[in-house]
Amino acid sequence: MSEYAITAKAKKPALLLLCLALLTGFVQQLAAAELSLEESWKILSSKNYKKKARAIEAIAQHNPPEAYVALKAMLNGQLYYARRSKELYILKEAGDNYIFTPLFAGEAVTRESKRGFKKIRINNRLRSLIRQSLAVMQLKDDDADVRLAAVQELLKNPEAEAAALIASLIDKETDSRVQKAMRTLLAINQLEYGDEAAHPHAIETLAASLNTSAMNALRNYQAPNKVLEKKARAAIKRINDQRDLYAKAETMFFGLSLGSVLALAAIGLAITFGVMGVINMAHGELIMIGAYTTYVIQLLMPEHIGLSILVAVPAAFVVSGLVGIAIERSVIRHLYGRPLETLLATFGVSLILQQTVRSIFSPLNRSVETPQWMSGAWQINEVLALTWNRFYIIIFCLAVFIALILVMKKTVLGLQVRAVSQNRMMARAMGVRSEWVDALTFGLGAGIAGMAGVALSLLTNVGPNLGQSYIIDSFMVVVFGGVGNLWGALVAGMSLGVINKMLEPWAGAVLAKILVLVFIILFIQKRPKGLFPQRGRAAED
Amino acid sequence: MTTKKLKKMAIAALLAASSLAGTTLAWAGDTIKIGVLHSLSGTMAISETTLKDTMLMLIAEQNKKGGVLGKKLEAVVVDPASNWPLFAEKARELISKDKVDVVFGCWTSVSRKSVLPVFEELNSILFYPVQYEGEESSKNVFYTGAAPNQQAIPAVDYLMNEVGVKRWVLAGTDYVYPRTTNKILKAYLMAKGVKKKDIMINYTPFGHSDWQSIVSEIKKFGSAGKKTAVVSTINGDANIPFYKELANQGISAEDIPVVAFSVGEEELSGLDTKPLVGHLAAWNYFMSVESDENEEFIENWHKFIKNKKRVTNDPMEAHYIGFNMWVKAVEKAGTTDPKVVQDALIGVTVPNLSGGYSAMMPNHHITKPVLIGEIQKNGQFDIVWETSGLVPGDAWSDYLPGSRDLISDWRAPLSCGNYNVKTKKCSGQNY
Repeated sequence: MSEYAITAKAKKPALLLLCLALLTGFVQQLAAAELSLEESWKILSSKNYKKKARAIEAIAQHNPPEAYVALKAMLNGQLYYARRSKELYILKEAGDNYIFTPLFAGEAVTRESKRGFKKIRINNRLRSLIRQSLAVMQLKDDDADVRLAAVQELLKNPEAEAAALIASLIDKETDSRVQKAMRTLLAINQLEYGDEAAHPHAIETLAASLNTSAMNALRNYQAPNKVLEKKARAAIKRINDQRDLYAKAETMFFGLSLGSVLALAAIGLAITFGVMGVINMAHGELIMIGAYTTYVIQLLMPEHIGLSILVAVPAAFVVSGLVGIAIERSVIRHLYGRPLETLLATFGVSLILQQTVRSIFSPLNRSVETPQWMSGAWQINEVLALTWNRFYIIIFCLAVFIALILVMKKTVLGLQVRAVSQNRMMARAMGVRSEWVDALTFGLGAGIAGMAGVALSLLTNVGPNLGQSYIIDSFMVVVFGGVGNLWGALVAGMSLGVINKMLEPWAGAVLAKILVLVFIILFIQKRPKGLFPQRGRAAED
Repeated sequence: MTTKKLKKMAIAALLAASSLAGTTLAWAGDTIKIGVLHSLSGTMAISETTLKDTMLMLIAEQNKKGGVLGKKLEAVVVDPASNWPLFAEKARELISKDKVDVVFGCWTSVSRKSVLPVFEELNSILFYPVQYEGEESSKNVFYTGAAPNQQAIPAVDYLMNEVGVKRWVLAGTDYVYPRTTNKILKAYLMAKGVKKKDIMINYTPFGHSDWQSIVSEIKKFGSAGKKTAVVSTINGDANIPFYKELANQGISAEDIPVVAFSVGEEELSGLDTKPLVGHLAAWNYFMSVESDENEEFIENWHKFIKNKKRVTNDPMEAHYIGFNMWVKAVEKAGTTDPKVVQDALIGVTVPNLSGGYSAMMPNHHITKPVLIGEIQKNGQFDIVWETSGLVPGDAWSDYLPGSRDLISDWRAPLSCGNYNVKTKKCSGQNY
């Protein structure tokens, strides 16, 4: 037996008994639970949450064979009771039908509606109580991941009973991650209840852990003597130093992710505004169209949400690209070289597009479902977790950027675009159809805006106003990066993102945004052409 | 559409002509006109369009019952386009040109502040259906939404007493409603013995979409070993990315519950609610309330809007209560003259949708129950707590210095919106 179990036994012999009872379910004679099992099941269908909490505790202590299934169903909102007989049922949905399986013996009933049955309602307190009770039962699960989750759940609220149980399991544990978490939990428990001789070891164990409960246990620790107090303080400092380091890494990630969103929104504009010199106020609405395309694609393939996002990327490129070409052909074409008129006309176009979307899809926001593989976070350790959706968007941004650079540098279209933007007359003299190139370039910029819309649909609201919130940021990035330079847009987007996120914890979100704007204004005063000014003859006019 | 407009213009022209001729009976006609002042375009259209539809439904139903005072009701709908100065212009147009007898409208506090002088100058009536920050009482405005003591304070009480919250994050959008509400809440929490270091206040710009660092800060703030909750006055659009980020960073409602004052069924209908289960909202009405009135209301709403999936929400109930109060007051007074109806409205009691009655009080606020609901998978709320009785709306908060001594009573002879009980003086302001 391990040392943990020994201290636990020495200090609280009753606990081991209790844990034994917990394991075997012979708790009835011990009278540890005030409620009998039968009463507890009955109370579940009452409306009083406090009574229900006691019933759940009692069920977990008695631990009959049905307890695990019943608590799990209750957590998922699938535990029902019949209105008349108050018998408990577990609901399963099969197509349009509802199948009610009795918790105890009996025949399953299939119904078309839930009439006659009522859900057992739970609130947050009950939910965490159930999770804790389930975690105790899951400690012996075959799956190491389930065990790990169970220990982590218990860590949130480390109680003596759970500690005693874990002490008896830790030696049999084969998975090192689970064992480490268990050791942390036991150390927390020892610090609180164990005798002084065990404290130094417990502090050392906790110092190596980044867990929040471990940190709090150390903070609340009442050291019996100076040596231990010093040791605990050193442990806290060590954990804090490590946490600070990870917090910096996290801020960096936040910055890059905000930056990639800014860059993504701005790359399209870097082409239409930067390369072609068109001030396109409808750029935001092209992003919005991309987001709505994602929504429509998800409506068309409700069974394959995971795949829908991948389909949406090219679809949004095409849809927004076509809308862009239509805008270029119908409006902008007539206004080349008249920036003020272009600005006003495209602003009008943006209002028309917004109201069109409002009429087709209603002014309400639409929901784009985040696919499973993009939700949640990549848990690197206890304090540092990178959210998957942001992570993929950074990668997506880089991919779009590289693809665009390749198009501009390696394809005929790219060559012609560059030629037209540098010297329109000369390019025409060389046989380039400048009108055709204009339309395609604008379409390319618009299409990339559409792809940005796919990414944004996963982060924010898909609504008619989506574009408005990004248009100013996009212009900011392009101007800061240097008009006409794609690299500028990327570097500017990323650096603005990082600056913003570094300022935010210190200045607050509102002030951070203002400071960034002030910074850009000052920067433009000093270097009017942005980070990467265009050189050569073309830039001189 | 055009014929309707022409007709409207013709009537307006007729009325204008008649008022030019010096008749005082400008409101007497074949129909009684009701102004609907909600944005149908722009940023607020998302919330306000539904309220316009609610008003049209209520008016259509009343007409089926034979109208009011034997006359048909006619809705005059205008679109202030989420543009605050335009609200004032449109309000003036409704009252002076269209000669409406009452206006139902506004959502944001800034739009209400913008129309207020117009209503006071022309002495008309506005029913304002949205929860707001209080600290206002106008002779011409009837507040059917919740004052802070009908939403924010009970929600905090619930968290403190039932959930055992010890540390508080007050997060809001940076404008008048969250700032005032948070000021009241902070004063209230400190009065209850919460220390300053256990309160974190955070403001974000309108439509904020990048919540990463704020959520991470909240997570850090909440990991100090004391139960932490977020009290959110985050407005409309910014909520969805906020909740998405909470879910992605793995903060569940059991760890750090968020109680929101601006998130209702309508806002959730545009959202995948699975990760939000257990987060809270405080309102005076939820669609899931079990009462006969509510069932009938939902049925009528689905019939009217021809879409079974549309949800109902708290401001809709506020319009339901406000409209019925106005009808009752007009019938009591026997006229639609705003000056008379203003007095008749005080004391009027009508059924609300949660199975009880709401009464209009002398301070132009109403009595309502306060409900706390937890978000469910289907985008509805499970009611987990409610006040034992009705809570009367308080125009002036008891927790702020300066407003503590003020009361509002629009009955004669006091007839004052901000009477100071200490100095025994009415400050003389109209609101």
